[in-house]
Amino acid sequence: MDPVTQLPMLLGLAWLAPLVSFVAILFFGPRMGPHGRNAAWVATAAIATSLVLSLTAFGVWVGNHPVSAPVHGNHADAGHGDAAHGDAGHGSPAHGGDAHGPDAHGAAGHAGGAHADDGHAAGHAAAGHAAAGHAAAGHAAAGHAAAGHGPIAYSGDWYTLYHGGSLTLSIGWYIDALTVLMFVVVTLIATCIHVYASGYMHDELHDVTDHEVHLSGGGHLHRPGRFPRFFQALSLFCFSMLGIVIAGNLAMIFIFWELVGICSWFLIGFYYERKSASTAANKAFIVNRVGDFGMLIGLMALWGALGTLHFADSALPMAGGSRPGLFSLVRPASAGHALTVPDGMVKFAAADEVATIARQYADHPADAAQEVDAKVEGWRNRGFGRWLLFVAGVGIFCGCVGKSAQFPLFVWLPDAMEGPTPVSALVHSATMVAAGVYLVGRFYPVLTPDVLLVIAVVGAITLFIAATIALVANDIKRVLAYSTVSQLGYMMLALGVGGWSAGLFHLVTHAFFKSLLFLCSGSVIHACHTNDMRKMGGLARVMPWTAGTMLVGCLAIIGAGVPFVIGLSGYYSKDAILAQALSYSRANPAWSILFFAVAGGAFLTAFYMFRLWFMTFAGEPRDHHIADHAHESPDVMVRPLIVLAVFAVVAGWTLPGGFGLANLLEQARPAGTAVTSTGDYLFGPLTLPAEHESHEGSVHVIATLTAFVTALAGVLLAAAMYLWKTISPAAVATMFRPAYTFLANRWYFDELYNAIFVVPAHGLAAVASGIDRELIDPFIHGLAGLAKGIAGVDAWIDKYVVDGIVNATAEATWNAGLELKKLQTGRLRQYVMFIVVGTVAIFVLASMLFRAALAG
Amino acid sequence: MMFCSAAPCAVALAAGFPALPLLAAAPFTTPVGVAHYLVVGAILFTTGVVCMALKRNALGVLMGIELVLNGANVNFVAFSSSYLRGEGAASLGLDGQAIALFVILLAAAEAAVALAITLNFYNNHATVDVDQADDLKG
Repeated sequence: MDPVTQLPMLLGLAWLAPLVSFVAILFFGPRMGPHGRNAAWVATAAIATSLVLSLTAFGVWVGNHPVSAPVHGNHADAGHGDAAHGDAGHGSPAHGGDAHGPDAHGAAGHAGGAHADDGHAAGHAAAGHAAAGHAAAGHAAAGHAAAGHGPIAYSGDWYTLYHGGSLTLSIGWYIDALTVLMFVVVTLIATCIHVYASGYMHDELHDVTDHEVHLSGGGHLHRPGRFPRFFQALSLFCFSMLGIVIAGNLAMIFIFWELVGICSWFLIGFYYERKSASTAANKAFIVNRVGDFGMLIGLMALWGALGTLHFADSALPMAGGSRPGLFSLVRPASAGHALTVPDGMVKFAAADEVATIARQYADHPADAAQEVDAKVEGWRNRGFGRWLLFVAGVGIFCGCVGKSAQFPLFVWLPDAMEGPTPVSALVHSATMVAAGVYLVGRFYPVLTPDVLLVIAVVGAITLFIAATIALVANDIKRVLAYSTVSQLGYMMLALGVGGWSAGLFHLVTHAFFKSLLFLCSGSVIHACHTNDMRKMGGLARVMPWTAGTMLVGCLAIIGAGVPFVIGLSGYYSKDAILAQALSYSRANPAWSILFFAVAGGAFLTAFYMFRLWFMTFAGEPRDHHIADHAHESPDVMVRPLIVLAVFAVVAGWTLPGGFGLANLLEQARPAGTAVTSTGDYLFGPLTLPAEHESHEGSVHVIATLTAFVTALAGVLLAAAMYLWKTISPAAVATMFRPAYTFLANRWYFDELYNAIFVVPAHGLAAVASGIDRELIDPFIHGLAGLAKGIAGVDAWIDKYVVDGIVNATAEATWNAGLELKKLQTGRLRQYVMFIVVGTVAIFVLASMLFRAALAG
Repeated sequence: MMFCSAAPCAVALAAGFPALPLLAAAPFTTPVGVAHYLVVGAILFTTGVVCMALKRNALGVLMGIELVLNGANVNFVAFSSSYLRGEGAASLGLDGQAIALFVILLAAAEAAVALAITLNFYNNHATVDVDQADDLKG
């Protein structure tokens, strides 16, 4: 098995399968069985194919790169300064041997593993250039410490869209353990959701009466079902998300980033006749554009200064040899993969100095270039380019803020509940919001500690705000929506405090239990036909499967487990985040608030999740009409719940051999991030503790206990208020009336944005339209009137002067003809008289006129 | 008569004869010259024109035409005669006589056509009165 050729092929096919389904349903959807019923099968088959291919790729990966517990030792210098290791690989792209086998790492250890890729991507000679120099090392099996080595990754281009100047836009791949893992997660959850949706959306198989759309005539909207359309958009959504995951460069990510955006617009606005749905779709799209604007700035900063958007080193068809990608530019192997401001950015920032040198050496450009290169190091030490790198990182993060619904752009996500519930589940777990976190994780090597601090702070704010709003929400899906926002804040915070693995681990586990929770809520809504938890209660008796699986989801999200022994998936990922936050707080006491945010968030999460569960499933029914009609959902909806519940339980487990997601992710850990780094950055000195340090006892024990105690406190409080009813929620709400109102109104964010952005925008639009109407329109009308007047004069001249002359000439000619007609009498003798008289007259005239001449 | 007097005067002047005394003073003593012929031609011409203008019978009109043509012929022949024009005059050769012959020929042809038209007109209208032939009036 050669992963160099197999992985891109397997994952590429897995990526394209949903596209095939999309195209098929696009053209033949309505003809797929009665009412397009079979479109669900086409889409599900496509995504299931993707799942199978992804699992195969996962198997290929694990077979070639055995997962086992990492050995943490001697991190500080292992592999550092081993420049030769990196260069060996770069310099010999035609290296034929497979250096990936575990034994290849024996004595030499760092034998460069550049695979020559002969002809597997359409004659692209150097495509598939696997992870150039730094791919080979870092196998945990060989006992290497991760420090100092790059991740195992394969990259290459399938197709070059554009190549000009220094810019290359291509469709390519960058495959490491994270990519493979995300493929499995996305396709697995998407498959479950496809199956579930084929049951949930059955209403769309017939004509639908939408009771939420009131027509002006007083009735409700009747419309044909849109079953194929739903699965068509779902397929495109999966294709877009997989495109982001497999993308080998930022430009490709941006393309699929926008595709995900438009798919969310299709799906959130699926019931587009409803005003609320179309507004929510527009809101999601517009708010994401705000973030994407920042992302574009980041892309420009990177491309302008570095001239490449590829993650990994690439061999371009035009230039000989390999060309450094973003990762090796920012973390060059020669610097031991330590974060370094790239030369390009230094020169870009020191443009004035470069220009000065260019003037001095105007006659010798070669000398000027040498002089610049000689001075780059000095400029770098003086801090040139640091802001540019910061802007690039924050810019890319801006895009993630939009997609992953971080403060201040999280407002779209709760409104996105207007879409059908399977869409909510997909958007909230595996696809759209995951994209932002995934990109931060993928882009992690380029993010400087000050950018990471920004990310951590934004994450902390987000998790706190969203968790507090979730406390008082009564719409079951909105509670989950704010829970998602809050959990995304967790992930961002984890990434920001240096917990690369913790954040992405939580992304994966969260994807499982949040999709489970959403599908459970969909099942509840399907049974009750309402979203309002105040009308539910006691549903556990009629919906045992839904209640049970949802309980699993709730326990997973709060991180339930027996401390230090075993727990659900959330237990592991949340502990990792808490531990890393604690580690960071200790290293940077000024930012210890981040740890308290995480701990407080854990308490709030436990409270609102169990508030939701108790209100929905426990106690006595509040509305008997609803409870009597409630029923367990059909099997096609329950089975995906069970599958997801199993994963929500086991996803975090590490098998005795060391096989587990956390260790798998370690294989993809970006180069140079496994060591503690300290430095003086834009916001002052910062220490980014290495992640493995958070596993040490002094940190880990406290973190685990904190997580356990806060979660338990949250559950107990929820039980006291909603299960045992020892504390009356109403009394609490009355007691803290202002705070309750504040939270119930979602911190007035919508009102705030309305006042800051929407109202001024409307005002500006009103002014603009006023100018248009009162100033520009009269001017245009005046011009038109003037032209009309001139045309009138012109028409008069034409009609009376020009036509008059022509008509008068014709008239005169006609009359002359009439007069002359009288001369032709037809009388022969008269003619003779005319001839005679005329001749005589000519002679007389001639003799009179020319008398002088004749007289000579 | 204006026509008759003007043309011989011009010719007489060119030939060096005193014109008016010739006609008035010695009609029978002076030798016959071009002027005499011109007078005859003018009379013939005038007679023909008057005949054309006054005759209502188409045949009379045709006869007038013949007179006009022959009046012109007399003039041609007279001008062409070196004998008549006296000593020292430049010779004109036989041009006048030749043109006279053409005119005669033409007159014959014209008479044939005209008589045919007249005959046809008679067949259609049972008359040869030219005043009745006004079909072509405008």
